Amino acid sequence: MGVQQNVAQIPVDLGSAQPRAVAFAPVSDFLREYIVVGLFGALAFGLVAAFIGLASIFRPDRPTADKVENYESGVDPVGSGWSQSQIRYYIFALLFVMFDVEAVFIFPWAARLEDLGVFGLVEMVIFIFILALGLAYAWRKGVLRWV
Amino acid sequence: MTALFATDFFWETWPWWADTIFRLIFAIVAVLLPAGATVYLYLFKMVSFMQSRLGPMEAGPYGSMQLLAEVGKNLQKEDIFPARADRTVFAMAPYVVLLSTFLLAVVIPFGPEATFIDLDTGVYFALAVSSVSVIGILMAGWASASKYSLLGGLRAAGQLIAYELPLILAVVGVVIQAGTLNLQDIVTAQNQQEIFGWGAIGNPFILTQMLGFIIFLIAVQAELTQVPFDMPIAESELVSGYMTEYSGFRFLMFFIAEFATANIFAFLGATLFLGGWSVPPFLTDLLGIAWDSPIMNLVGPFVMLTKMLLLTFIFYWVRFTYPRFREDQLQKFAWKVLIPLSLMNIAITAVFKVVF
Repeated sequence: MGVQQNVAQIPVDLGSAQPRAVAFAPVSDFLREYIVVGLFGALAFGLVAAFIGLASIFRPDRPTADKVENYESGVDPVGSGWSQSQIRYYIFALLFVMFDVEAVFIFPWAARLEDLGVFGLVEMVIFIFILALGLAYAWRKGVLRWV
Repeated sequence: MTALFATDFFWETWPWWADTIFRLIFAIVAVLLPAGATVYLYLFKMVSFMQSRLGPMEAGPYGSMQLLAEVGKNLQKEDIFPARADRTVFAMAPYVVLLSTFLLAVVIPFGPEATFIDLDTGVYFALAVSSVSVIGILMAGWASASKYSLLGGLRAAGQLIAYELPLILAVVGVVIQAGTLNLQDIVTAQNQQEIFGWGAIGNPFILTQMLGFIIFLIAVQAELTQVPFDMPIAESELVSGYMTEYSGFRFLMFFIAEFATANIFAFLGATLFLGGWSVPPFLTDLLGIAWDSPIMNLVGPFVMLTKMLLLTFIFYWVRFTYPRFREDQLQKFAWKVLIPLSLMNIAITAVFKVVF
């Protein structure tokens, strides 16, 4: 009955969707969106905690010396697990930081390109050209080789 | 039926907290359900058929309950902490990896109003939180105090450094075409724009951003550390890399995060390149409804699911077909092929946008 009345009151509008009206004034929409982001993070943490907590009811807990030993193809591990490793890609990592900053500059430009027009296009082509030149220089210097 | 088309949906009048709880429940469904579906469909069944075997057949009809059996199995496994491990970091790593998955899901729109949040910087946010998982992987690799895990973690970090850039730069083409960073507006742009004056199917950016789409798929495959970019978890040499020391439900968390992230990336790819939750305009014209009529809040998730299954099919098809890259080959491929190509893609797209 109540549902019927509601349907009758609302005009049949097959047009565009109405903007959502949420009655919650004190917090701005912007902030509220980031509250939801925080809640999603909390949800992920809660979910993992709940699953592992649930498993703790069912799982056995009988650690032995052999069981808690690190895996090393069946033999006893040799030396420390935190062995020194050569990080071969540290130059790549430096390049990555540069190009990542470049991406930060490119995004706002990309979103506003229509308003900036030819001026924005020329500016960014120069910018990308300089970066490409930098990549070419690194390439030529042999930095992009696996050392 | 008319009522369904005409009315506002029941949750329109809910207070904010109820609305948010509804969204969180839908988030769990949107992350876990497709993950289960693709694991069964592709990981259990498709790979089996590709290798001329049947796959799981015992649990339920055609082995459809196999996933529940797997969860039940892992539920009873002992939770082993290696004696030498850094216990706190070891325990925290699965949380961080799954956190990245859920934060990535936040910005995906599933309908005109069926969004978790409508961030103005949606694309940027998605690309930023997608790399949080690397921290979790490095934590797992380091804290295990195992040589295999450490190598796996370092390889994962190197690989994600290399493929983060093509991923970001490939998306810039879409942002230029749509003129916005908001994912909802990108869907709108794809539905409302025309290809040289012909608007029957809108302008799904896959047609005009083919190069960007291909680079995006390759970079996502690398971000997910799937074959041919699976050096970090290489089962045959590193014994699953950073996951070697994990057992039981902690391992399952990595497993879920891996496949859920694949799906969320597919959702993201569908939103950016395949038109998102919208159907081609001529279909909605045929039905006589607006392209963003409220009914799309219900149809949209299924449209997204279809497009997601299509993209994940490509992910797993590649995964089960190709051999793996060597570490230096994949770095070279990223820096010498993908990044120059994506820079070129940006320049060409920008020229087309300004000139035409």
